[in-house]
Amino acid sequence: MIAREQIARSFVRNRLAVAGLVVLLLLAAFSWLGPLLWPTDQVHTDLAAATLPPGSPGHPLGTTDLGYDLLGRLMVGGRSSLEVGVAAGLLATLVGTAYGAVSGYFGGWVDAVMMRVTDAVLAIPALFLLIVVAAMVTPSKPLLVLVIGAVAWLSPARLVRGEALSLRSREYVQAMRVMGGGSVRAVLRHIVPNTIGTVAVNATFQIADAILYVAYLSFLGLSVPPPATDWGTMLSGGLTYAQDGYWWLIVPPGVAIVLVVGAFNFIGDGLRDAFEVRLQRRPA
Amino acid sequence: MTRFLIRRTLQALVVLLLVTVIVFALLHALPGGPARAILGPRASLPQIEQFNHDQGFDQPLPVQYLSYLWHLLGGDLGQSYRLNQPVLDLLAQRIPKTLVLTCSATLLAVAVAVPLGVLQAVRRGRFTDHLLTGLSFLAYATPAFFLGLVLIILFAQTWPLLPAEAPQSAGLGGVFAGFGGLLLPICTLAAGMIAAFSRYLRSSVLDNLTEDYVRTARSKGQSERRVLVRHVLRNALIPVVTLLGMYLPALFGGTVVVESLFNYPGTGLLFWSAAQSSDFPVLLGVTLVVAAATVLGSLLADLVYALLDPRIRTVR
Repeated sequence: MIAREQIARSFVRNRLAVAGLVVLLLLAAFSWLGPLLWPTDQVHTDLAAATLPPGSPGHPLGTTDLGYDLLGRLMVGGRSSLEVGVAAGLLATLVGTAYGAVSGYFGGWVDAVMMRVTDAVLAIPALFLLIVVAAMVTPSKPLLVLVIGAVAWLSPARLVRGEALSLRSREYVQAMRVMGGGSVRAVLRHIVPNTIGTVAVNATFQIADAILYVAYLSFLGLSVPPPATDWGTMLSGGLTYAQDGYWWLIVPPGVAIVLVVGAFNFIGDGLRDAFEVRLQRRPA
Repeated sequence: MTRFLIRRTLQALVVLLLVTVIVFALLHALPGGPARAILGPRASLPQIEQFNHDQGFDQPLPVQYLSYLWHLLGGDLGQSYRLNQPVLDLLAQRIPKTLVLTCSATLLAVAVAVPLGVLQAVRRGRFTDHLLTGLSFLAYATPAFFLGLVLIILFAQTWPLLPAEAPQSAGLGGVFAGFGGLLLPICTLAAGMIAAFSRYLRSSVLDNLTEDYVRTARSKGQSERRVLVRHVLRNALIPVVTLLGMYLPALFGGTVVVESLFNYPGTGLLFWSAAQSSDFPVLLGVTLVVAAATVLGSLLADLVYALLDPRIRTVR
């Protein structure tokens, strides 16, 4: 309990991390509660009201090239971006942690084989894999989660593997083995829980990266089909018009992406410092 | 050293072989197979069978893999479905251009990130440090295509200083003649690297500043500048070699985005247009070459690291 309090206290003392958390909560409230206060039609296009500038009556942020209210669209898009980002980041963390824990715990040739596989996947740029896979299938939200999760599990896998390698020789793990505990128990009850700091920190970075991946994929033309949207799709959809002076099509979604990715990074940094403080204070 | 060299090279070969397995598996994971993707949804069953027979897709998978590998060893990466040219020829035209882009961006990134990282470490906890930290987080959180577009609007439209499009010429001479058109793509590609490298160098310099050898140098009465440049920076720069190797995949990924935004006919644009037209031999050929470059790059980084830092050889 004391350790947990220490982590919380040191996290709160990190102003950037707290700011990140506040920004994230505000963006989530904007995306989920916003439409209750500002209901808009985000399914039917309204070409008569296309590309209205910000400040137009009834459209504080203007409208898109298809006449959607931009403020309302940002809310709907934020939901997709956050959902896909968080789900893909968590999936990658889950898979990567399991993979890394097994590889590090068993060591030897199991570890060698499993790590060469990650080396090989890591050698192929994530964006290349994403594009090849996305070119084969029609993207949808669950599929984006699966595809991004499938390329993003490598970094948690390597981090957890490194920790598992040192954890497996600790006395309490040895003691448990002597008492007849099996490998499954060792990995699930002793290795994984002890890497939780690394995993939690990495998960926040994974979510930030996943949101960026969604944006890159939609820039390359591989995104959720309309009328659904996300911030990345909005941003890349506005690119064609931005050079003609319709700046409001790209600035709001662009700022939203920068804010949410920045927020997750700040939170991750704060968490890392907080966990390191705990490690430093723990008697050796 | 020799043992380390042999071991590390063997590892790289195994990884390369695994990459070919992954690429081969991707080719065969296509829904309905490559025939469906190429001939379209209206192709008749006999047409598909004919295509599969011509391409050798009706043979058992292990046989196909071995023949794929055999062709690879002979430098045959297959034939583009859309452009009807050997993938190897396409790559030979495009790779030099991508190299010009990536090498320039890397040079720029290192040239900017090293002083920035040192400055941050020396001024840690002060305003300069916080400002630069904020800026590098901003650079990291901005999608490259958004940054590139903002640069185009600012420096090609509002103040028309630079062209918005990269040089289009087929030869390298034309590319260098129109180098002004490459400045915006280079900056776009370098921004993320600058953020990552300067963050890394900041903590690397900070770690080194607490080492014993720094105290020794200071107690001998050396100036702070000399301590920083001669002792700290030299040691802090060694891990940057590894970082460069690790950053290669992200760099190649960035070229896809930057080359398609600025319409620069390198491997990234080739890859992107191949994805648009389901030109799988090109997609997989580019993937394979880029992955091989990454494996070789990180092998090289490890070897250079071992040369610079003798400790690594004995630890292993």
